[in-house]
Amino acid sequence: MRRSWQVIWPPLVTFVLLHALWELIVRRLGVPAWKVPAPSDIFRAVVDRSADLMTATAHTSAAAVLGFGLSALIGVAAGTALSSMKWIERAFYPFTVFLQTVPLVAIAPLLVLWLGYGLASVTVSAFIVSLFPVIANTLAGMRSVDPGLRDMFRLYDAGPLRTLFKLKLPAAMPNVFTGLRIASGLAVIGAVVGEFVAGTFDQQGLGLLVQSASRNLQTPLVFAAVAAASLLGLTLFAIVNFSGYWILRRWHASAR
Amino acid sequence: MTESVQIEGEALAVSLRSVTRRFEGGVLALEKLDLTVQAGEFLAILGPSGCGKSTLLRMVAGLDRPNDGSVRVGPNGLPPRGGIAYVFQDPHLMPWRNVIDNVALPLELRGEAKSKRRSTALAAIERVGLADASRRYPNQLSGGMRMRVSLARALVTEPELLLMDEPFGSLDELTRQMLDQQLYELWRERRMTVLFVTHAVHEAAYLSSRAIVMTRRPGRIILDHRIDLPETRGVWMRTEPAFMKECRVLYKALEWGAA
Repeated sequence: MRRSWQVIWPPLVTFVLLHALWELIVRRLGVPAWKVPAPSDIFRAVVDRSADLMTATAHTSAAAVLGFGLSALIGVAAGTALSSMKWIERAFYPFTVFLQTVPLVAIAPLLVLWLGYGLASVTVSAFIVSLFPVIANTLAGMRSVDPGLRDMFRLYDAGPLRTLFKLKLPAAMPNVFTGLRIASGLAVIGAVVGEFVAGTFDQQGLGLLVQSASRNLQTPLVFAAVAAASLLGLTLFAIVNFSGYWILRRWHASAR
Repeated sequence: MTESVQIEGEALAVSLRSVTRRFEGGVLALEKLDLTVQAGEFLAILGPSGCGKSTLLRMVAGLDRPNDGSVRVGPNGLPPRGGIAYVFQDPHLMPWRNVIDNVALPLELRGEAKSKRRSTALAAIERVGLADASRRYPNQLSGGMRMRVSLARALVTEPELLLMDEPFGSLDELTRQMLDQQLYELWRERRMTVLFVTHAVHEAAYLSSRAIVMTRRPGRIILDHRIDLPETRGVWMRTEPAFMKECRVLYKALEWGAA
């Protein structure tokens, strides 16, 4: 308990001090709230528009969680497939790198074209940006299986499926979770960016809320929505992180 | 797998005929090696580092193939999987499994029922003196304990051929002596065939019924020597003149082979 307190208080103090400083400077210089709102303005926006912020967060998290789930499933499956045969890896791995380099904002209109406006497009957008780290880390984990244990499995004539489930997947778990941690943050970013292009107002997510608020010069609300998106990413990250810790706690150095 | 059926409890003979193994890049590990190991024999293999001892063991296990020549294990030449166990230089345990589940792995891969697996694994763990640690994870064990888990995992299937690649090389002298003793008693009791690679001359003389000494790469056998010591062996024997004599013979050959 004492240790967790020691971890919590330094960033908390920094947070409070920085916001106080921010408040002070904005008030002193008389910057208008539509340009740079003070923390108190943002807080007021959070209170006044809490219902809108809540529903927007709910919509964005639905897309982010779905996109992240797809990434986790398909990424681990793809990483496993790539690691199963050298030629599959050689033939396909270079193309998975495209996933990382593709400019999401540029292909979002295509998603709209194919899937229409709304949840499906936003989910796929979250999925595309968060997929690559899962594939790459799963692959790295599968490659790093102890060669002695591989020999052991060969010696006892274990088939490919047994080797996968009893050796390769468990051995790759620490890497898989590294990929999932990165993917969790990216999925939220993907969802918010996707909403900029493919969002609908009847299912308004945080991305659209940012857009409409900034058009109406409701800058405090923009800040509030951005904060909500960051908190969402943080929450998803924390959940993944804790699951990883729970699963690996007995044996892996990362969970100590 | 009908062709690899063997009579339960029968030790396996090994025979290598004119075996050559050349690795990619042209390194010649073994050249025209002939070796016959009788069923139930405890063969120690001595030689300088990189003389192809591990390669020899891997080929007997079926983990590697010769470029030329033949490797035959058992009455019909095919290594019966599951009848062979391999103890590597390092323990190679699964860090996500506790001791019992690590030791039970070979039984699991064979498809045995869970309850039987556990009791057999526990018996093997007791045999290497780790009963108290059966629920611990590898990262909670010392190096010597890990090696003993590895040994228990090899013994859990009651193998008819046991291949050991410098298994106790990284352990302290006392632990090593204790494990040597346990291994020797186990062999006396079960009479499986053992191929035991080691650097240590006194370990070879203490354990084996026959020792071969190999040269530098490409590995050739320069001494094939029957160890002339009584079957009842113990730590006390290490200062006996007969034991020292055997060690001297092996040392000489080893020096010759390394030159």
